[in-house]
Amino acid sequence: MKQKKKWYDFLWIFSLTYLILGFFNILFAWLGLLCFFIPLIIAIAKGNKAYCNKYCGRGQLFSLIEGRFGLSRRKDIPKWMKSKYFRYGFLIFFFLMFFLMLWNTYLVFAGTKSLSTAVTLLWTFKLPWHQAYHGTVFSEGVAQFAFGFYSVMLTSTVLGFLTMVLFKPRSWCVYCPMGTMTQLICKARNVTSSQK
Amino acid sequence: MGKRKAVVSLRECVACGCCMKVCPRGAISIPKGIHAEINEELCVGCGKCAKECPAGIITLEVAEQ
Repeated sequence: MKQKKKWYDFLWIFSLTYLILGFFNILFAWLGLLCFFIPLIIAIAKGNKAYCNKYCGRGQLFSLIEGRFGLSRRKDIPKWMKSKYFRYGFLIFFFLMFFLMLWNTYLVFAGTKSLSTAVTLLWTFKLPWHQAYHGTVFSEGVAQFAFGFYSVMLTSTVLGFLTMVLFKPRSWCVYCPMGTMTQLICKARNVTSSQK
Repeated sequence: MGKRKAVVSLRECVACGCCMKVCPRGAISIPKGIHAEINEELCVGCGKCAKECPAGIITLEVAEQ
């Protein structure tokens, strides 16, 4: 029995378009904030992980690529990678790096640092990304944030791709910081609502 | 012999919903965003969810009757 496809089963197109647009004009990276706020809003307002479960285009993209090309070894993820220590640790690390990125953006806004038109992959490797920068009518900080945010998105795509190949198609979901965070929100909400 | 049913390790589940998407019977839900729940009435023990689960925490077990 094949389930009928719903509109949200096509959100992978959004994720793919996002990555492509960011290659040509970095300012599109701002759209990525949607993938950041929507899951949080759903978790806070409705207390579920509907974003992961239905709408996440990233996850769809991984299962789709894998289904088409059979890239995954389809092995079980190592025990340590699904442990709470690793998941929460990765969430904290991701947050720290995120704040570092915001700090860098602030420095560019403040004028103490000049704009760097590079995308940082895996928090280490600077990829020249000049082709995507065509100036901005706003402060250069706006572009710096875009470069930073795109770096986050590209890094998570690369990591997700690696674990897709090594383990299962959606292995990224196990340690995805957004997923861990929304699950924590749901847990917290459930504790407070059951005390009422 | 009893029928096999999918069993989720609740403590380890990340509530991603991969199992829910592949279940041909619509027997899986994630009502509170904390872990997946299997409707034993609907589960036929096909094992698709266990295969798909990225954390590998769904097993097929013979239900106690």
